[in-house]
Amino acid sequence: MSDIAATVASAAPEAADDDGIVKKKKVGVFFWIFAGWVALVVLASILAPLLGLQDPNNANFDAINQGPTTAHLLGTDDLGRDILSRVIYGARVSLIVGFGAMTIGMIFGGTLGMVAAYRRGAVDSFVSAVSYVMLAFPALVAVIAIVAFWGHDIWKITIIVGIASIPLVYRVVRAATLSYATREFVTAAKSQGATDIRILTRELLPNVLPAIISFFLIGVASVIILEGALAFLGLSVQPPTASWGNMISESRTYLSQNPWLALFPSLAMFLFLIALNLIGDSLRQVLDVQDSKL
Amino acid sequence: MAKFLFKRALALIAILFVVSIGTFFLIHLLPGDPTVTILGPNDTAHNKAVLLQQLGLNKPIWQQYWIWLGNVLTGNLGQSFITHATVTSTLAHAVPIDIELVIISQVLALGIAIPLAIASARRPNGLLDRVSTTSSFAMLALPPFIIIVFLVLIFSIHFHVFPGPGSYVPFTQNPWSNLHTMILPAIVLAVGSIVIYFRLLRGDLISTLQEEYITMARSKGLSDRYIMWRHALRPSSLSLLAAAGLNIGGLIAGAFVVEYLLAIPGLGYALVNSIQQVDYLTVQGITLFVAVVVVVLNFIIDFLFTILDPRIARE
Repeated sequence: MSDIAATVASAAPEAADDDGIVKKKKVGVFFWIFAGWVALVVLASILAPLLGLQDPNNANFDAINQGPTTAHLLGTDDLGRDILSRVIYGARVSLIVGFGAMTIGMIFGGTLGMVAAYRRGAVDSFVSAVSYVMLAFPALVAVIAIVAFWGHDIWKITIIVGIASIPLVYRVVRAATLSYATREFVTAAKSQGATDIRILTRELLPNVLPAIISFFLIGVASVIILEGALAFLGLSVQPPTASWGNMISESRTYLSQNPWLALFPSLAMFLFLIALNLIGDSLRQVLDVQDSKL
Repeated sequence: MAKFLFKRALALIAILFVVSIGTFFLIHLLPGDPTVTILGPNDTAHNKAVLLQQLGLNKPIWQQYWIWLGNVLTGNLGQSFITHATVTSTLAHAVPIDIELVIISQVLALGIAIPLAIASARRPNGLLDRVSTTSSFAMLALPPFIIIVFLVLIFSIHFHVFPGPGSYVPFTQNPWSNLHTMILPAIVLAVGSIVIYFRLLRGDLISTLQEEYITMARSKGLSDRYIMWRHALRPSSLSLLAAAGLNIGGLIAGAFVVEYLLAIPGLGYALVNSIQQVDYLTVQGITLFVAVVVVVLNFIIDFLFTILDPRIARE
């Protein structure tokens, strides 16, 4: 993964030059472009009611299936609803499910992973065994079945996907913590009488944070894809509520008359996903201490 | 090594046991009343009680589980309340379609990823390498449903090269049109696999090509092509095999959306349909089947690796 980001982000982080001098790592220009895009999407979706957009659910039968015009910058759908407004409001669903589910996964899986890696012993063996079994179960099948029978409102989806992500988060955080848990600075802190909580939050957390943040962002991207897949199966938020997945799914009916309908929400989702992946990748490279020859 | 494999086999049985409990309770703890599904909401309480008795649903849930497990182990997954087809026959119809889909998509994926990775690894950071690594990064951000929508738009609606959704033809009826309808879904599934195989193989080859035995082979005057295929590719083929095995497990679950959208009557299509019809037993049967296939597939890969590379057993 590292070499790809290096290619995409033009200014590849240099670990050390020929003289062995550690240079300050930099992120490329693409990093800032995509970070700006993520910030724009997040801000626009939060501030959507203040942007003077048209009502995303307001039908207008005088202007249906239009391409981009000055009145509707991204065109209108089969009910004459403004696509720009629906893309912006639709981002809310992806953002809530994506960030919400990964936050749930991080709170439970992350805490468990750090504690298990720090304490080892019976707790670690037990939780690790449980996580292996849970990972063996095809999560997508379980998520589809539970969402289908339990209900598909946005909060239920967030919780289900969040819980489904716990074992994977656990394994990643545990592995990241494990490489620091036996290092000298932890032993030093212990010998000074630091409490377990202090060691976990002040000594270990800052070290594993880079790996966690980058995994978090890439995880958000995967959850957004999953939410889109659920929308296509009719198992995400129900119409007329706009979501990127819903919009792309509904666009299939009018694909031959109005391809714009499919294009804009797909583009929004694609650019957002590529941005999350790229930011996650670049951050890991820049923040990873082990990569530089310290 | 025998001891190691024995331990792994025990773990496999334990995991399968937990998977069976998971599948059983997953369906049984969810809301929904099968008597309402079968008899409709307005039937008498007496009729419902009789039906519960017939279905064995009035017994304690653990007892139900053991009866169900006994049936499953003898190959009886039950009969759908809705379509009255046995779950086993539904599986028997759907599974060959998935196998065909996986084979075509993997042939496509390996056929594209291997030559591309070799060509890229030959000149790391060259033009081809930059283009292919960047586009593989972009392909990671392309969800299958977006690929489907645009492939249908371009190839079915615009150029009429491939038939659109819902034109599935069984292989036995007309092998040629069957293959024709399977290419589009196979391409969609192949995209994700290409990214995985390409990135893995490219990274592997670049580090292998810096090994001393490659320099040695070069100094003997062997041609670049011979070195690449006979010396460099060989050690990488192991990790590629592992990735392919894990990936195929994921593909079976991942093919759901593709099958549903293009109306290819495989497992995913059957699952989504039975979910929509609140057909508990079929959902349960398919979930169990997919889970078991994934678990067993991972075990087989593990097993193969222990035989191919005995160092694993010693760890």
